[in-house]
Amino acid sequence: MKTFDLLKNLTETPGPSGFEKHITENISQLWEPFVEIIHVDRIGSIFASKSGSGIEPRPQILLAAHMDEIGLMVKEVINRGEYGFVRVTNLGGVDIRHLYNQSVIIHGRRDLPGVMASQPARMLPDERKNEPFGYEDLVVDPGLHTETLMELVDIGDFISFRQPLRKLLGNNVTGKALDNRASVAAVTICLEELQDRHHEWDIVAVATAQEETRLLGAYTATFAQAPDAAIAIDVTFAKGAGLTDQGYPELNSGPMLDIGPNVHPGMFKALKEAAEAIEMEVSVGTHARGSGTDAFGIQVARSGVPTGLVAIPLRSMHTMVETVNKKDVERAGRLLAEFITRLDSGFLNHLAKAMMEEEE
Amino acid sequence: MNELLKKLTEATGVSSAEKEIRILIRDLIADHIAAWHVDSLGNLIALKSGTGELDLRIMLDAHMDEVGLMITGVDSSGLLRFETVGGIDDRTLLGKVVRVGPKKVTGVIGARPIHLLKTNQRKSIVKRESMRIDIGAKNKTSVTSKVSIGDLASFITEYEELGPTAIGKAFDNRAGCAALIEILRGKPYPFDIIAAFTVQEEVGLRGAKVAAYGINPDAAIVLECTPAYDLPTDQDISPNVALGKGPAIYVMDRVTIQDPRLISHIMRTAEENNIPFQIRQPGGGGTNTAVIQAVHGGVPAATIAIPGRHPHAPHMMINLDDYKDYVKLTEATLRSLKPQLFIRSTLKE
Repeated sequence: MKTFDLLKNLTETPGPSGFEKHITENISQLWEPFVEIIHVDRIGSIFASKSGSGIEPRPQILLAAHMDEIGLMVKEVINRGEYGFVRVTNLGGVDIRHLYNQSVIIHGRRDLPGVMASQPARMLPDERKNEPFGYEDLVVDPGLHTETLMELVDIGDFISFRQPLRKLLGNNVTGKALDNRASVAAVTICLEELQDRHHEWDIVAVATAQEETRLLGAYTATFAQAPDAAIAIDVTFAKGAGLTDQGYPELNSGPMLDIGPNVHPGMFKALKEAAEAIEMEVSVGTHARGSGTDAFGIQVARSGVPTGLVAIPLRSMHTMVETVNKKDVERAGRLLAEFITRLDSGFLNHLAKAMMEEEE
Repeated sequence: MNELLKKLTEATGVSSAEKEIRILIRDLIADHIAAWHVDSLGNLIALKSGTGELDLRIMLDAHMDEVGLMITGVDSSGLLRFETVGGIDDRTLLGKVVRVGPKKVTGVIGARPIHLLKTNQRKSIVKRESMRIDIGAKNKTSVTSKVSIGDLASFITEYEELGPTAIGKAFDNRAGCAALIEILRGKPYPFDIIAAFTVQEEVGLRGAKVAAYGINPDAAIVLECTPAYDLPTDQDISPNVALGKGPAIYVMDRVTIQDPRLISHIMRTAEENNIPFQIRQPGGGGTNTAVIQAVHGGVPAATIAIPGRHPHAPHMMINLDDYKDYVKLTEATLRSLKPQLFIRSTLKE
C-alpha cells in the first residue's frame, strides 16, 4: 500500500484516547495479512503475533506504537436558546491555542460535525484578555437546534478532530493524529517487510490504547506479553516554525534513536548498528528524565523490560496540522524490520553484558 | 445542496487578488446581463436592464473579496512569513490550513510547540509574527518556483450543509454575492440595476467608493454578511444578531448612519411580505454603504446582511432559511422601490 494512502487511512479514522474502537478495526485489517493471530484486550489495545523461526523457547520482541490520538469529550450540553452547543474537556495534551474555529466530530448517537467557537474576545474578563480561549470559553457549534442536539449527544461522548491528510511539497504530509498514526504506519511497513524475511524471535506488535492520557496500554500490554525486549515507536519534535534550536532533527533526516533513562543502552546500540547495516542516516535524541512515550511504562512492567525508543520527526505536535515526511515513516519501518532480523539467541546475553562491561 | 454557495465560498479571492472569484462570478452572470466591465481596481460592474417603467438607477453592491494572508518573506528554512489582509484575530490563525498564491500551494500555519514553551508563556496568545506558513519546502531556494513574496493565501474550507445551517469560508461576503447573482438571474425590474461585485472591502471599503463614483446611482443597497453573536456568553448583553431570525438590517455602524428612508422601506417591505428580519445592533463594524453615500453629491444607501457566525475565520456558519429570506427581502425591496422614496421635501416653492 502506498505510504500516503496508509497514512490517510490511519489518520482520518477517529480514535481519541478511550475511544479507539474505530482505529482498532482499521489496524486489524491492515495487519491481518502479515501476522498469525490478532486480538484486542480488555483495555482496547490490539495485539498482532507472528512466530519466529528460531528453536523454542523463542524470545519475544514487542513493538509498541500507541494508536490513540488527542481529542475532546463532551462535558455539558448547553440548551440556553434555540441552538444547542457543547462544552468540552480535553483528552490528552491538546494544544488549546490552536483550537478556535477548528473542525471536529462529536461521536454521539450519530457522528455530528461541528466548529470550535467562542464568545468574542472583547467579552473575556480583563485578566484573560491576552490569553487564548480556554475550555470555559470554547464550545462546539454543531449548527443544530437544541432539541435535535439533546437527542443526539450525551455528557461523556467522545469528540475527535476532523482533518483530511494533505500533501505538502517534498514528501511531506500534514494532518491530525500523525502523533502517533505515523508510527502505526511504520509498524505496518515493518510487518509487511518481514513477510519475506527470516527472523528468529517471535514478534508481537501492539497498537496501545490511552497513551496520551496515562500510558495505560504500555503498562498493561507489556504485562500481558512479558516480552524479552521491546521498542516503543513514537514521534519527536522536528525543527520548524518557532523551533530552530540545536538538538532537534529536521524533517527527512531519518528516524531518531533516543538515549536516556527509559532506554536500555544495549537496545540503543543495537538499533544504531541496525541503521549502520543498511546505511540509514539516523539522528540521536535525548531525554533526561522521562521520554513522554510508552517506553516509560514498558520499561518497568513486571520485573523490567530492556526497551528502545525510535521516533519519527514531526512538526506542530498535538495540533491538527502535524507534519511528517513520508520517507521518515518508511525508514522507521525498515529500521525496525532490520533490527528484528538481526535478533538471535545471543542477544539477551549481549544486553546483559552492556550493563556490566566497559565500553569498547 | 446550494451549489451557488458552494462554488462561491470555495473559490479564492483575498482582498487585492480577486481574479479567480471575479472570473467565476462573471461566468455565472454572463447570460443574464446586458453588459459588464471591470474597472481599474478590479470591481466587476454589470448592468441588468429594467423595463424602462421607472426613471431610476439602483446600485447593488456585494464585495467579493475575503480576508486572508499575504506572504511577506521566506526564512532560510523555507518557512514563510506572513501578514494578515483584513482583520483576523491571532487566535484564529494557529493550526489552520491555507492555499498560497496562484499555484495554490497547500500550507499549514505553525508555531513553537506548546510543550517546548515555559509554563508562563503557554498562557499567552501566539502572536502572528511568531507563526510561519509551512509548505513543506526544505529551504528558501525550493520556495522560489512555487511561491512569491506578495502572494495571497486563503483558508481552505469545504462547503457543507448540516441541517438548518451550513459551514463554509467567506460567507462574508460570498453569501452576499450569491444573493446578488440570484437577483441578476431573476425577472427584470422596472428600472436598471447596476450590480457591483466590489473589491478590497476588507482593507478599507476601497472598491465600492470607486465603483459608486463610476455608476453614480440614485440609490444603493449593499448586500453583506454580519457577525452573529448568538453563542453562549457570561455577560448579559442586549439582543444581537442571531442565526435563524432572518436578514439583519443595518441602522448605524462605526462609520455611517444608513439612510432612514431606505430602512423604513425595507422594514415595511418585510412586514408586508411576512419576511422575518432583525435590526443589527448599532455601533460597530463598517460596510460599503459608508463610502457609497459620500460620492458625487451623495447617494442614499443602506445595508441588508445575512447573519454569519465565526466571522473572519475559516469555518463560518449561516442558517439556510436566513439565506432564502435574505434573497426574498432584497428582491421584494427592489420590486416595490419608487423614485418618490428619495425625494426630500422642498423648503420653499
